Amino acid sequence: MLIDDLRSLVPGLLALTLLFGTSSMEAIVIVLERRLGSLERLLLAPLRLPALLAGKLLGGMTFGLTVTLVVLVISLAIFSPAGTNWLMLFLALLLSATAFSSLGAFVSVAVREVFEAQTLANFIRFPMMFLGGVFVPLDSMPALLQVIARLLPLTYSVEALRAALSGGTWATSIIDLAALAAFSLLFFILAVTTLARRIE
Amino acid sequence: MNEIIQVEKLTKVFPGDKGRPPLLAVDGIDFSVYEGEVFGFLGPNGAGKTTTIRMLTGLSRPTSGNAWLLGLDLTRDLPLIKKRIGVVPETSNLYDELTAFDNLMFAMQLYGVPRAERVGRAEALLEHFRLKEKRNTPFAKLSRGMKRALTIAAALAHRPLLVFLDEPTTGLDVISARSLRQTIAGLRSEGVTVFLTTHYLEEAERLCDRVAILVKGRIVALDTVDNLRSAAQRKTVLEITLAGENGQMVKKRLECENGIESAIQRIPSETGGQQVLAVDTLRPSLEDEFIQLTGLSVEVMLAEKGGKGGGNAD
Repeated sequence: MLIDDLRSLVPGLLALTLLFGTSSMEAIVIVLERRLGSLERLLLAPLRLPALLAGKLLGGMTFGLTVTLVVLVISLAIFSPAGTNWLMLFLALLLSATAFSSLGAFVSVAVREVFEAQTLANFIRFPMMFLGGVFVPLDSMPALLQVIARLLPLTYSVEALRAALSGGTWATSIIDLAALAAFSLLFFILAVTTLARRIE
Repeated sequence: MNEIIQVEKLTKVFPGDKGRPPLLAVDGIDFSVYEGEVFGFLGPNGAGKTTTIRMLTGLSRPTSGNAWLLGLDLTRDLPLIKKRIGVVPETSNLYDELTAFDNLMFAMQLYGVPRAERVGRAEALLEHFRLKEKRNTPFAKLSRGMKRALTIAAALAHRPLLVFLDEPTTGLDVISARSLRQTIAGLRSEGVTVFLTTHYLEEAERLCDRVAILVKGRIVALDTVDNLRSAAQRKTVLEITLAGENGQMVKKRLECENGIESAIQRIPSETGGQQVLAVDTLRPSLEDEFIQLTGLSVEVMLAEKGGKGGGNAD
């Protein structure tokens, strides 16, 4: 019973590791570079803004995925990988990393200091942590909170990872994966347009 | 002569915030820069020099006006322009953790220099800028002068046709500044067009073919250095030494617009009855012309910038 309870926390822990790992790295990569002036060097180069930001996202995603991989290996060693849909797991991790990294990038281009980026990111991340189905199942929440939870990328990340680790079908996960892709695109566009506006 | 840069009515207004009114940083300036020349923007702090460079290099959007660089429209063809220009910002901003060599390699990657040419170019640039011994030294560990030299090298790595240098020698010691000026002079001999901003009058005099003097966002003078100097030297100025308070001597200048005799006749009214100790005639320098145009002395301008060294041009 206890082991089942602990196993049920694994998708949430993986999602949280990805969330904090990717978005924190974006704050450092983008905001610190701007502060040191090296971001300006990139803006002077013949690079389009989407390409520049995509490069920054890849850095955050690489770091977040690497850390999450360690947590995943440990989890699977304790709880056994039996029943895991590996392709679904790969897609869920990748799309979650993209969505969270894009969110981190959007927050980072909107501020000037690393501490501002981390503060604003925490303002978003901590409520998301409690509303995203990590500790409390969505259907146990009041209706209003369920509606709010459905607007958060972490919710879809947790659901997709839970399905992948318990051998869920594609039919159950396609909406979660599509939502993560949509959040990725939304936050990426917001990051690009915000950075473009900062070139005043 | 080919116009490498053409600017028409370029204007930049920074929106006001937190109760501050909008700031007119560049006020409808017009100028051209010709192929192969070293063109200088000279002016005090806040004149709009850096803002102009930022607009021309794509770091800032003009509020209005037009500009063409290398025959390309600044608004429409910015990515193409960026491929063909090199920019050395006021702050040396390469990556601290990368070595001198790696920074050059990264710069060439950014600008699409063919892979086969990168190592050779990097080595040649390190040799040219006397940084060969520092090839494997992280940027953070280089001296200020070396950092500046490497930043210029990185801007030249992709062989741009036009180079922007924003206050290239500010903060450098005399030797490093002299070395950099020689490098800039060398660029001209290679046919590279150089656009630089400076607040060192002597640097503008020594390096630039033409100089635009910028004050509060407007070009108040634009001509060759020789013509600006000649314009100043066509005037004669009387320097009057007066007895000030506590036995101190005070100097006052009087322009001889209608000849020396009429200027001498104005001395009593101009000096307010103070005792005149001596009267000398002077032939003004470019510095005097600059002071008259900008209302600022060179010392005040240098103090605003906090610059040191760099004042003795070669």
